[in-house]
Amino acid sequence: MNFVYERFLGGKSGALAIGILALLILVILPLALDLFRLNLVGKYLTYAFAAVSLVLLWGYGGILSLGQGIFFGLGGYAMAMFLKLEASDPESTSIQTTPGIPDFMDWNQLYELPWFWVPFESFTFTLIAILVVPAVFAFIIGYSMFKRRVGGVYFAIITQVIAVILTVLIVGQQGYTGGINGITDLRTLNGWDIRTDEAKYLLYFLNAILLLGVIMLGKFILTSKFGQLLLAMKDKEDRVRFSGYDVSNFKIFIFCISAVIAAIGGAMFTLQVGFMSPSFVGIVPSIEMVIFAAVGGRMSLIGVVYGTLLVNYGKTAFSETFPELWLFLMGGLFIAVVMFFPNGLAGIWNKYAPKVPFLRPLLAGSKKAESKTEPAKIESEPTTEGAK
Amino acid sequence: MSYFSRRKFLGKTGALISAMVAAGFITSTAIAADYPTAEVNTTGLSVTDDTVTVGILHSLTGTMAISETGAQEAEKLAIKQINESGGILGRQIKIIQEDGASDWPTFAEKSRKLLVNDKVAAVFGCWTSASRKAALPVFEKENGLLYYPTFYEGLEQSKNVIYTGQEATQQILAGLDWVAEEKGAKTFYLIGSDYIWPRTSMKIARIHIEKVLGGKVVGEEYKPLGDTQFGSVINKIRLRKPDVIFAAVVGGSNVAWFKQLNAAGITSDKQTLLTLSVTEDEVLGIGGENLEGFYSVMKYFQSLDNPNNAEFVKAFKEMHGEDSVIGDVTQAAYLGPWLWKAAVEKAGSFDVDKIVEASRTGEIELDTAPEGYVKLHPNHHLWSKTRIGKWNKDGQATVVYESELIEPNPFPEGYQ
Repeated sequence: MNFVYERFLGGKSGALAIGILALLILVILPLALDLFRLNLVGKYLTYAFAAVSLVLLWGYGGILSLGQGIFFGLGGYAMAMFLKLEASDPESTSIQTTPGIPDFMDWNQLYELPWFWVPFESFTFTLIAILVVPAVFAFIIGYSMFKRRVGGVYFAIITQVIAVILTVLIVGQQGYTGGINGITDLRTLNGWDIRTDEAKYLLYFLNAILLLGVIMLGKFILTSKFGQLLLAMKDKEDRVRFSGYDVSNFKIFIFCISAVIAAIGGAMFTLQVGFMSPSFVGIVPSIEMVIFAAVGGRMSLIGVVYGTLLVNYGKTAFSETFPELWLFLMGGLFIAVVMFFPNGLAGIWNKYAPKVPFLRPLLAGSKKAESKTEPAKIESEPTTEGAK
Repeated sequence: MSYFSRRKFLGKTGALISAMVAAGFITSTAIAADYPTAEVNTTGLSVTDDTVTVGILHSLTGTMAISETGAQEAEKLAIKQINESGGILGRQIKIIQEDGASDWPTFAEKSRKLLVNDKVAAVFGCWTSASRKAALPVFEKENGLLYYPTFYEGLEQSKNVIYTGQEATQQILAGLDWVAEEKGAKTFYLIGSDYIWPRTSMKIARIHIEKVLGGKVVGEEYKPLGDTQFGSVINKIRLRKPDVIFAAVVGGSNVAWFKQLNAAGITSDKQTLLTLSVTEDEVLGIGGENLEGFYSVMKYFQSLDNPNNAEFVKAFKEMHGEDSVIGDVTQAAYLGPWLWKAAVEKAGSFDVDKIVEASRTGEIELDTAPEGYVKLHPNHHLWSKTRIGKWNKDGQATVVYESELIEPNPFPEGYQ
């Protein structure tokens, strides 16, 4: 029990923070918001997966990926392919030249299902693909780069280029992928209508619980020896290498983990929003994910969830209230955060929370425990050298 | 009183009555009291005793903003005019505007917001096929009503959408027939941007050229959206010397495409070019001098010479500035609120199901459309004329051909 407490929750302050987050997304928001807004929050929380993956990869690993959209997209597309096949039964597509294949294939003069779509008729295969395809893809990218000691800004640029290539590929091969329209009009999951109100609630909670699970997994990784090595690599990669560790393998591993986490978010996105399109794969969404992490605080697994919620809430609220001005307001928000709170929302919390009288006893006790057992202490004094 | 003067008197009264009808004194002052809210709104839409709320959903930001601005302005103009003439069923129209931000998922999100939260009675919006495809499931699920203004690829007919632009066959077939007859064209080079609308359009064009016109397609090429390199295509065109270049290049690519054609010396005195995707809005970016003498096939041009259009152009410029231009989609967007008004009045209700039913009678028509008389087909598309315009240096087109009213056929037999 103590093991779980220390490793998965991150001690007293960690448990408190996760508890507050769980309370917020599992109890307060569902009670306070109508279904439409809750569904929006659900959508934002799927982006939070990508933000969490960036905490591990960028915040702790010091590896800035500007291509998390790739993995978010791969997960999302895998799920969308399954749902699209289910929605394209011969009966509901009877007006097509070839009934039984997705509508966009029919428009593009395809007369049978392409081979790589066939396995996605199986739900089990789809679930495995959501996890394995991004991991394998990340492994290939990671292996070919980290083994050659490509890092830092070059890595960031290459990931960005891959995001562009993938977008161009998806848009260009529209007969196979749905092109720029994406894969739309998804209806049921194994016969269960995902568009009903109950389904929306259920998917929201599933998503929230998965997110909390991923955060705990992240804590577990960061409090392990591997987590400490990650930090060490970020601060002085050479020293770790000279100590006899194979740095590239660690990097590949954390890159794969972060890819899988982002892909889970993508799959949940498809389920909740009801479609997937290349606009979640390219540069813009990938950079937005980095912004979510930066606003939330890239050293804090929980802070980034708030960061994601804040940025997206700002986007929705500003664009509803000031349809013609909202981009300027968003720009202002980013500038303000970077200028005044370089460590994001988590930085604010760490700076001011101990000064709040009733929180002090809760936090004070854990500080000592943390400094003995885990690197999470760094949260309050981030090392900025590696990733800036 | 002689027989003669009595007839004159009757004639005068008749004239007076028809003048009153025309001025909207009799028909349009349908007072709200005649249509109690409880009866005209049984599905909980945002309709009160004196207002009805609608949504406008276009991109105000992002790459599509330039194209969608005109549509959004035209919709506002139509709504303003409807309000000034007494509103709908005695109710003034209120607008909630949302920004689709050139981002398809945002269109879906904002559609849901308009339908679920704001309970708008109708939405006027979307521009690209992608945004419509993203929003469509939302409209079908929430049983909303969307008036979609863009000429598009067809292959769609949703209960919840009224398509006020042309579907592919309306635009393409008449254009090809004209060019084959007028220019004696036998060989065609097809070029488009690479997405669903150009691909579907070219598929229809190829079948029509080969099977109906007995012509030949000597090249078919698609360039990625936003691509600006047309050198290799232009070389191929020079090599194969088609009678007609048939183009559906969209957006920013259009500018590069026409400038490079011009620079390569392929101008209208040597080459016939017919495009599906250039309206007055695009000409602003391309420049009239690069287009001079080329042809566009559309249902509307700003230069159309009829009283409805003169009034429309004047009102549009008054509201949005003397420099504003009106393209095909802008005009189609302007029809949206008017078609909705006609359907609501026919149905005597704001309920979506009843409006759809009224729209499917085939009796919803507009005499006042700037493009001329239009009628709503039971398949949710408009009967409309197709015109061919020859571009002038000043960015306006001279209409050189006008078809009869063409029946919309979103699922053309033999062209799929």
